[in-house]
Amino acid sequence: MPTTPLDGCLLLIAAWGVIGLAGLVRPHSIKIVGHVLFPLSALCGLALAAIAVRGINAPASHVVLLIGLPDLPLHLRCDSLSCLFLMLLGAATTGISLFAGGYFRQGHGAAPGLLCLQYHIFLASMGCVLLADDAYAFMVAWELMALSSYFLVTTQHRLAEIRRAGFLYLLIAHLGALAILLSFGVLQGGSWQFTFDSMRAAHLSPPWSTVAFMLALLGFGAKAGLVPLHVWLPEAHPAAPSPVSALMSGVMLKTAIYGVLRVTFDLLGTPPWWWGLVALAIGLASAFYGVIFTAVQNDMKRLLAWSSIENIGIIFAGLGLAIIFHGFGMSALAALALIASLYHCLNHACMKSLLFLGTGAVLHATGERNLGKLGGLIHRMPWVAWPTLIGALAIAGLPPLNGFVSEWLLLQAFLFAGDVPRAFVDMLLPVGAAIVALCTALAGYAMVKFYGIIFLGQPREPGLAQAQDAGLLERLGLVWLAAGCVALGVLPVQVISLLNTVSRGLLGASLADPAAHWWLLAPAAARGASYGPLVFLVIAALVIVLTLLGVRMFYHRRARRAPAWDCGFVRIDARMQDSAEGFGQPIRHIFQPFFLIERELPSAFDHLPRYRMAVTDRIWRYGYEPVGQLVRRVAELVTVLQQGRISTYLLYSFVTLLVLLALVL
Amino acid sequence: MSPLSLSTQGLEIIAAILAAPLFVGWVNQCRAWLQNRSAPSVLQPYRGIRKLFHKDAVLAERASALFRITPYMVFGAMVLAAAIIPSMGTRLPLTIAADSIALVGLLATARMFMSLAAMDVGTAFGTLGARREMMVGFLAEPALLMVIFVAALISQTTSLAAIAEHLSGQTLALYPSLAFTAVAFTLVLLAENARIPVDNPATHLELTMIHEAMLLEYSARHLALMEWAAALKLFNYVCIGIALFVPWGVATESQGPVGLLISVPVLGLKLLGAGAGLALIETVSAKLRVFRAPELMATAFLFAVLGLLVHLLLGA
Repeated sequence: MPTTPLDGCLLLIAAWGVIGLAGLVRPHSIKIVGHVLFPLSALCGLALAAIAVRGINAPASHVVLLIGLPDLPLHLRCDSLSCLFLMLLGAATTGISLFAGGYFRQGHGAAPGLLCLQYHIFLASMGCVLLADDAYAFMVAWELMALSSYFLVTTQHRLAEIRRAGFLYLLIAHLGALAILLSFGVLQGGSWQFTFDSMRAAHLSPPWSTVAFMLALLGFGAKAGLVPLHVWLPEAHPAAPSPVSALMSGVMLKTAIYGVLRVTFDLLGTPPWWWGLVALAIGLASAFYGVIFTAVQNDMKRLLAWSSIENIGIIFAGLGLAIIFHGFGMSALAALALIASLYHCLNHACMKSLLFLGTGAVLHATGERNLGKLGGLIHRMPWVAWPTLIGALAIAGLPPLNGFVSEWLLLQAFLFAGDVPRAFVDMLLPVGAAIVALCTALAGYAMVKFYGIIFLGQPREPGLAQAQDAGLLERLGLVWLAAGCVALGVLPVQVISLLNTVSRGLLGASLADPAAHWWLLAPAAARGASYGPLVFLVIAALVIVLTLLGVRMFYHRRARRAPAWDCGFVRIDARMQDSAEGFGQPIRHIFQPFFLIERELPSAFDHLPRYRMAVTDRIWRYGYEPVGQLVRRVAELVTVLQQGRISTYLLYSFVTLLVLLALVL
Repeated sequence: MSPLSLSTQGLEIIAAILAAPLFVGWVNQCRAWLQNRSAPSVLQPYRGIRKLFHKDAVLAERASALFRITPYMVFGAMVLAAAIIPSMGTRLPLTIAADSIALVGLLATARMFMSLAAMDVGTAFGTLGARREMMVGFLAEPALLMVIFVAALISQTTSLAAIAEHLSGQTLALYPSLAFTAVAFTLVLLAENARIPVDNPATHLELTMIHEAMLLEYSARHLALMEWAAALKLFNYVCIGIALFVPWGVATESQGPVGLLISVPVLGLKLLGAGAGLALIETVSAKLRVFRAPELMATAFLFAVLGLLVHLLLGA
């Protein structure tokens, strides 16, 4: 019987490992892998979430595991911050694993058992990242997470495009890991002890702590997909099988947020306010850049991947705001901003996983990722369409769902920042609020496009009429996550009472006791402002039901079906609806300077007239491609040395030896 | 929750539901006068709604359940919005459940449902309307939020009722920041309610239409609810404008029942004025090309942000 939350978490992480290995026993048996192992893994996830919820309020516990290299035991620690993210991991995994049990069948390029192993190593490594208490354990788990997800991304490795996506992911993951490693190197502060405890004790001078923070921001930012290190994300997330995309977007990106929080508030202690300005600026830039690209995507999974960049940007903006307020000693506002940011982590884990799973079900039923070839699936796949609608509305930040709660908290934090001692920060913050508001509205645009084109309207391809609805396990997974979106939306006070503990641990401050009304969210910092989603929901439902009953009572409920009217147009076909390109056109038009648009227009003399339009990322073209060319050019120079003849290489060694001798003597 | 606040709340909801078509009728009448036409009765919108309720609904074959529930959702959202906006009194029990940010979210929810329903049948006009509605909306929504933020910063709260109470307590103080935001708000109001520079409420089948294009497939009771909801939306926006820019006369807690008795005719007068002003704006301005609409909305957004900066610079 585990005594501390840490023991329980370790036990469940080990259980994931065992489940993964069990997949290898009968790797091709869908019955065992899909119907037994994945549901078991979901059960472990649920247990993990339950233990972690309990652990948030428990005191931190340590353990030292004597495995690994001699003299380098693994230090593990479980405090409220770890527990919060473990809860997120467990709760999201419950839904995703259930779905995966129905999803992984033959035909993904690998045996289900093998996928099961990779998937569970990925899960276990994420758990270990959250528990690690020394740099070695952290880096080992971090790299394991990157590698196992790399293998999952490249499941369909026979496609060149997917190999390329995987390579890009691995490359940027390693750049990031390098930065994190260097950051730990700075953080040990000359003690050469790499446990987090000694890092907490080390007092770095301000320039060095800034270096450590910037390296951590770079490293974790690469994993989180902050602009300009985001280029791997829209490639890798769509390439992976959908449950893996859901895990990567919903959970793995959050480990990077965890890392930044751990380094900034726990290991470094008191961050100066201007670090927050950096994080805020990068976050807002990512949010804006992410959301305008979301609105112009034509591939449904790529669209969601860009939307993840937006959401991570918003999370970082909240984080930056918390650092600014903390730096100025405004603890109540700092807690508000931090809680908004953490709340958005939980929300995003729920809604983005849900949406990715929804696209997975669509992909399975139709084999199409291209929005231009979908449509009308709400009739064929109601079990996918309705939960996905909840996810789409939630991510667009609409009340009373969860996306709105974190947006509300963040806007409150932005709005009442009035007393920041630096006047220019004071001026900048409301503009930040404007950007957040714009991003949320644009996310609504993108979600209407996403949902409307996939699920509504007429099917754009004849094959869609045969689409099958999701199976039982897949339905369970979708419903679990949709329920999570609703629960996080209507019970914010209960969630915030958990987040308050985390905030107390990190900042030493929390929001005023929210338990005054269990249904009313009224943070003290936002004077007089309150939001009661449950009341909101009940009243809205009441009005709607009364309207419905009233109309039925006083009038009638007769309705008949007829062909669509469309202003009397006789022959309506599916090609008259907006395509994905068409729906994104206003955004392309309005934000033209941000996009690199390639158009191929047909001429009057073409035999097969073709219109093609591609929107690409300027950062890739003008940031990454020149670097790539530079590396290639340097490599070409180096080839002059590489003659491929053994005598030349012997000569090189001889010359080197001579030079060294000359230096020494 | 005193009996007075409860009755204010009930009165507001019922008055908004009942008076919204009348307000639309009034605007139409003013416009007809200004354009030298003989005006329809102010009761014409009621007759239209009544006629629609009596008809048999015709649903498109491809319409899903989303299409059928949307009129109720949109109507419900507008009624809830009317309950939050302090048009007559500022002590409303429901305002603690939703502040001004939630109000903007509520309006966005209605917009999103309307756009989705418009895409549901899968006609050319429907998707066109949905796309254009979202195009106008994604700039109008943050602009509205910024407008509200300026007032929120002045009165240090985001609760709309508290804002109105605070602003009505001032003795005609001039806020330069509110002047900027009033311009922004007017533009947002025109765009969000499909009024003339952006959309034309009087025509169908124009290639530039937005709001009507989304309603094309609706008929009978569904259309009636949508029309009613549109009237409520206009009413709500005008009441938001009144609460933010001319809140004087609204009943506050201290005034008791007398305040409520005074505030009802005062609100009526303000609405008469606002309707006439709206008709005037619509008469003197020309319809914009659809692609100029985002520019108009961007102007509104910038004006609102400018108002915010003015507030921060001048502290007023």
